[in-house]
Amino acid sequence: MSAPKTLFEKVWESHLVAEPANEPALLYIDLHLVHEVTSPQAFEGLRLAGRRLRRPDRTVATVDHNVPTTPNRLVIEDAIAAKQIDTLRQNCVDFGVELYDIQSPNQGIVHVIGPELGFTKPGMTIVCGDSHTSTHGAFGALAFGIGTSEVEHVMATQCLPQSKPRTFRIAVEGELPDGVTAKDVALGIIGRIGTDGATGYVIEYAGSAIRSLSMEGRMTVCNMSIEAGARAGMIAPDETTFAYLKGRTFSPQSAEWDEAVSEWRKLASDPGAKYDRELVIPAIELAPYVTWGTSPGMVVPVTEVIPDPADAKSDADRRHFEQALKYMDLKPGVSIEDVTIDRVFIGSCTNSRIEDLRSAAKVVAGYHVHSHVRAMVVPGSQQVKAQAEREGLDHVFRAAGFEWREPGCSMCLGMNPDILAPGERCASTSNRNFEGRQGRGGRTHLVSPMMAAAAAITGHFTDVRTWEFKKEEVLA
Amino acid sequence: MPLNRANIDTDQIIPKQFLKRIERTGYGDFLFHDWRQDPDFEINHPRHQGAEILVTGKNFGCGSSREHAAWALNDHGFRVVIAPSFADIFHSNAGKNGLLLVTLPEEHVELLIERASTIDDYHLTVSLEDHHVHDDHGFSATFSIDPFLRYCLLEGLDDIGLTLRHTDALDTFEKQHDKAFWVTPRPESAATETAHA
Repeated sequence: MSAPKTLFEKVWESHLVAEPANEPALLYIDLHLVHEVTSPQAFEGLRLAGRRLRRPDRTVATVDHNVPTTPNRLVIEDAIAAKQIDTLRQNCVDFGVELYDIQSPNQGIVHVIGPELGFTKPGMTIVCGDSHTSTHGAFGALAFGIGTSEVEHVMATQCLPQSKPRTFRIAVEGELPDGVTAKDVALGIIGRIGTDGATGYVIEYAGSAIRSLSMEGRMTVCNMSIEAGARAGMIAPDETTFAYLKGRTFSPQSAEWDEAVSEWRKLASDPGAKYDRELVIPAIELAPYVTWGTSPGMVVPVTEVIPDPADAKSDADRRHFEQALKYMDLKPGVSIEDVTIDRVFIGSCTNSRIEDLRSAAKVVAGYHVHSHVRAMVVPGSQQVKAQAEREGLDHVFRAAGFEWREPGCSMCLGMNPDILAPGERCASTSNRNFEGRQGRGGRTHLVSPMMAAAAAITGHFTDVRTWEFKKEEVLA
Repeated sequence: MPLNRANIDTDQIIPKQFLKRIERTGYGDFLFHDWRQDPDFEINHPRHQGAEILVTGKNFGCGSSREHAAWALNDHGFRVVIAPSFADIFHSNAGKNGLLLVTLPEEHVELLIERASTIDDYHLTVSLEDHHVHDDHGFSATFSIDPFLRYCLLEGLDDIGLTLRHTDALDTFEKQHDKAFWVTPRPESAATETAHA
């Protein structure tokens, strides 16, 4: 018997092409996801060097970061964005890459469509020029974000030189309290370990609370691994994973399905496998969270107050706290629930999947958006949008005064026209509350979809655990 | 140039509106775009004009994978960033662009920030060959760096070229690995079913 191995080690070892002495290992990449923003310089690099794209069949492209989310979006008014999208189209033609373009029924945020179409599979190595590639780890894949030089490297060689990261097992044990979602699990972890708490590690999320999550929830948790500094987060595949994958467009079919599942079952970490670091979090300690500052680690339960910089652990943290409070225009000691908002954004690769929209719609049903609030829902993909419309969720949102938009990254990073005005305060289901992230001078508070929906209705942060649901039956 | 802030994210280094360009160069004037609108921001201070070394707080370069952050620092003229720690993806991106990241203990970084903020014509010297940092005021420290990265930086090696040395191993691996349909993006069985749909 060989030594017990972790999920990460199994995936890592099965993708080693070469281990040259005194150099990083050469890791084979199964799936390369491409979007318009981080790829043009990489394609140009291939051209300049006279190199071909080694494996177009292991490459998939879509447009998500720049695209408008308004209904008539085939003509893009922003000339620079339009040129970037046209460049991707031409590159996909020139190098033979399948592109899910704006009008495709499969277009969407790259980290939503990969799993939804069945490209993402357990045991794969997956990269993309986007830090939230960690999302795909929810399936037991080793998935991480890369820069544009690395994008070009994968295009040319289907490999990446990589130093072996350390492993960090985070177990969330017990039953999640009502109103505490996958987003709150992610924010609760980051609040505990900090935004550099997992730098240099691959996280494996485990424990009964993680096992109880749907695939959508698992993707939310893995998505935010990078916000804790980890390049990748992983969850061992199980029956929930297989049920999600079965019948997807690019899942194995017929006789191959059972064989694939039996291979995927071997991936779970062996009993007794060793990790470099471990942390156990009792689920009962988690609450619905709201970030108050300009880093995802600046987070407290909704029932608490804005913290005092004087209580910071170090001088550097105290200065960062003070800068954050100044930018956010908040005072220590103020109750989170007394903070009023101007905007609500439900969307992003963190929280734009069908389950996210269902949970938000359940809160919204029977209510109307507060008169001082502008709220929008941006589904993660055309498929999510179509599914939501089949379920009537769009009616729930529209009737309540939400805008119902076309899919894209949208106001998560505001590369398209969806941005905050200076000084506007937003309850957002996205992943980053950095200064100016949603628009210069805009103030972002990260929350779950249910918490965002509740804030949209009341006009201020509201503990969703006390929410009076009006029309549960419409979403049965 | 000193920048006494922790957790500087890549959105601050280069905001999103500049990521729509399709070029690799020309980002220098947009470095720290939002912060530099403030005339008191360090980059606007006469003392720091022409600075080639940035000294800053922990977890520098966290957040987005945008390589534009490394390009912007390079284009502005920075050759070295010194901090107590760096984010992973930024670390890779810097290495690919010849931008040297030097990790020093927090108390050393604080001392260097203090000196760079208060001493006119302050000079730091960073030697990659000797992995050593010193100034003219008695500061001296060694730093550790991955030997392979150091070698690549010193020799200016092309990463893709290095990988292509292993083409034979890659061809052999790939031939075998392609049979593992359970980790293939488009397995044949799926493609067949889709074609019939």
